[in-house]
Amino acid sequence: MTGLMMVVVLFLAVFAAAQIMRIYELSVKVRQEEEYVVTDKDNSNQGRLMLLFGIGLIVAFFWMVAAWDKLALPKPASLHGVQIDQLWDISMGLIVVMFLIVQPILFWFAYKYRGKKGNKAIFYAHNDKLEFAWTIVPAIALAVLIIYGLTTWSNTMNPTTDDEPMVVEVYAQQFKWTARYAGEDNTLGYANVRLIQGANTLGVDTNHVNSGDDFIATEIHLPVGKPVVFKFRSQDVIHSAYFPHFRAQMNCVPGMETHFQFTPTVTTAEMRQDPNVIGKVERINAIRSAKGLELYEYDYILLCNKICGSAHYNMQMNVIVETQAEYDAWVKEQKTISETL
Amino acid sequence: MASHDHANDHAHDHDHEHHVENFWTKYIFSQDHKMIGKQFLITGMFMGIVGVFMSMLFRLQLAWPDQKFAILETFLGKWAPEGQMDPNMYLALVTIHGTIMVFFVLTAGLSGTFSNLLIPLQIGARDMASGFLNMLSYWFFAASSVIMLVSLFVETGPASGGWTIYPPLSALPQAMPGSGTGMTLWLVSMTLFIAGSLLGSLNYIVTIINLRTKGMAMTRLPLTIWAFLVTAILGVLSFPVLLSAALLLMFDRLLGTSFYLSDIMVAGEMLHNEGGSPVLYEHLFWFLGHPEVYIILLPALGITSEVIATNARKPIFGYRAMIGSILAIAFLSFIVWGHHMFITGMNPFLGSVFTFTTLLIAIPSAVKAFNYITTLWKGNLQFTPAMLFSVGLVSTFVAGGLTGIILGDSALDINVHDTYFVVAHFHIVMGLSAIFGMFAGVYHWFPKMYRRMMNKTLGYWHFWLTFVSAYGVFFPMHFTGLAGLPRRYYSNAEFPIFDELQDINVIISMFAILGGIAQLIFIFNFFYSMWRGPKAPQNPWKSNTLEWTTPVEHIHGNWPGALPEVHRWAYDYSKPGYDEDFVPQTTPLKDGEVAH
Repeated sequence: MTGLMMVVVLFLAVFAAAQIMRIYELSVKVRQEEEYVVTDKDNSNQGRLMLLFGIGLIVAFFWMVAAWDKLALPKPASLHGVQIDQLWDISMGLIVVMFLIVQPILFWFAYKYRGKKGNKAIFYAHNDKLEFAWTIVPAIALAVLIIYGLTTWSNTMNPTTDDEPMVVEVYAQQFKWTARYAGEDNTLGYANVRLIQGANTLGVDTNHVNSGDDFIATEIHLPVGKPVVFKFRSQDVIHSAYFPHFRAQMNCVPGMETHFQFTPTVTTAEMRQDPNVIGKVERINAIRSAKGLELYEYDYILLCNKICGSAHYNMQMNVIVETQAEYDAWVKEQKTISETL
Repeated sequence: MASHDHANDHAHDHDHEHHVENFWTKYIFSQDHKMIGKQFLITGMFMGIVGVFMSMLFRLQLAWPDQKFAILETFLGKWAPEGQMDPNMYLALVTIHGTIMVFFVLTAGLSGTFSNLLIPLQIGARDMASGFLNMLSYWFFAASSVIMLVSLFVETGPASGGWTIYPPLSALPQAMPGSGTGMTLWLVSMTLFIAGSLLGSLNYIVTIINLRTKGMAMTRLPLTIWAFLVTAILGVLSFPVLLSAALLLMFDRLLGTSFYLSDIMVAGEMLHNEGGSPVLYEHLFWFLGHPEVYIILLPALGITSEVIATNARKPIFGYRAMIGSILAIAFLSFIVWGHHMFITGMNPFLGSVFTFTTLLIAIPSAVKAFNYITTLWKGNLQFTPAMLFSVGLVSTFVAGGLTGIILGDSALDINVHDTYFVVAHFHIVMGLSAIFGMFAGVYHWFPKMYRRMMNKTLGYWHFWLTFVSAYGVFFPMHFTGLAGLPRRYYSNAEFPIFDELQDINVIISMFAILGGIAQLIFIFNFFYSMWRGPKAPQNPWKSNTLEWTTPVEHIHGNWPGALPEVHRWAYDYSKPGYDEDFVPQTTPLKDGEVAH
């Protein structure tokens, strides 16, 4: 019954609106020509609204930057992350400047050249010099960005380090992460999902020469300042290992191995003392205590950033960067695969 | 010109056809390009309502994850028990929202409508080269729309693996409920869609190349036609690749092949598949996927060129540069697909190549943006609703295009890939720009389609509410992206680090609801004007192009007598030496007059 009533009300509303429209159009027609004709008054109003919008857009832009800049990720916690952030700042600076030049010009022109009866536009069809200018200037700017970008990309993907990087496997499955450390020999034992059986949930070949000293962990611990190469595997669907604080991300693809190398430079303890992070944690805890939730302590995280199923939104693992001594102590507590399997 | 003779033959033919027209041949199985254009538009609008409504539902979930909404249970039934949305339904909604908006609204709805309506009218042809193929193209699209909508009602829910449907997630029913029957229907629907799209595109290309009227040289074509031509070429070259990707995926799903699958254990079950690679699928998908962005965008840019020139009462600035930039963008669009795959495990060297080609696209794009702005300069701007949407398009094209410089740079993409920064980027540059172009087209050519005028005041309200809410929705997303928030998360509550983003999510959702409601103004205006709007004059916007030389009443064959002859380009607005501020393309050059 309510459904039927809703339909009737909706129908009547549309009917009423149509009648109002009709009356409105007739009333306009009495005063002037047809409603659809754009008058000087329309042009004037719409031109002013364009200007107003342009101003509003720029003001809103600065307001958002002022209010929300603090929400951005804190300083990078990895060696290459610093370079990426520098490139970011330069690129972002450039596009913000372009945004702040082009948008005001657009809305200013819309206002300034709003139509009036009796005005005539100029006949200005082309100008090769202008076309050339705005082909060549962006080309130069982009050439710089491309060269800078490719250098950064190359440094990130093919880092040269003095130390041999520590090898850690990150294993993805719906909907959790597991880490496998390569152990003393710093070489991972062979593994394949086909070997999964019972407690051997990662499919490690226990007879393989390199697998005995591997150990499995539910948290990633990393010694600060030491390069680490992550090898990614997936058991079922594509996942993406996203370490936002380290400016690192790589997909985990079933049937193949991918990798990403970086050097953590800031320990978790140091990051917790960073003024931006302190502010962040205070704001977050104000929200959480108001809701009666457990208070939050800052940690680096690994999260899944490729749609992987229903609990995709909750696939995470903590990452802890610590001093070499703390790391060594943690490693001592871990049981190797030869002990557990 | 040979095409001229052919067109006359056709005019002769249609006398014989004329008397057999009844309701079915006129409105349903029509072979008339104008009617087919309107069929595409109405179907596209319906799909658009569905797609936008879905986004409003998932925005409710994102802004108020703990709250229960009765409306969710009304519409989603068992997928929202007691008004609390199920995570699988959330993923289904974002998936189908993306699919519908990208393919059904902004590909078929935009290109299908305006290519069909405008190509014969603006080049001076009686109809498309093949009316029958054109009809088929619509009916393939209609069938695919029905199947896509039917997939919403299957037991296990519609496809939910994201609109890019990456396998293995999309290949394995065990991986998520949406990868069951819903996914099969998605693939069937898209297969039909692609077939329809190819029939349409081939027809557009053949028509533009062969059926231009006397005097309509390629360099006199309106930029709309250039955009439709290049769009159709992109479609013909790239859609078959998506078809092959979809077919191989279907084989993997139904026949037990291993194109995309290898070494998988899912839901406790070890699969036999070996040797395939999901990365292969990603390559095939994005080989269409990236040109697809321009299949969506170029028609909108073409429409904008036409609307801005007409309403600025000025020639489009840099006509040849505009054509050149369309061609450059189209060419580059085929060699940039890898920028969607920087972090898939693809060789980093390839990443370098794709970064290089991707950033080059900014050059022709900048040329286009500056040319639009220069066209406004010293114009006599007539702010019709179509003009407002076109100016809006230039604004979003610039705002969204600029962040492409960040995302196309592989080193910078690492940390914002698949975050809300990307969502903001592509919605602004492609979604908003294209939908604004589509609205501009509807407001501008409504009199040509329905012989009546749309209401201007409602058009103004529609534009301003849409424009403000569009920026209100997508600009703040840059900031949540910079905080590292991944897209396609059902809820952010599991990560305390994202707690402070919830206020922004609420703002975004409020603008999304406002923007959604504003579309009701448009829908009302559209249908009201279709039946009750004031009668249209022949050339309401004082435009130069040929479609405004046809009679207001539609006739099969477009022009009652001989086809018009063209003597000049489409952009002689405010030309010195003429009293009126427009000179239709059919006006011969005066003695001593220089062609633009």
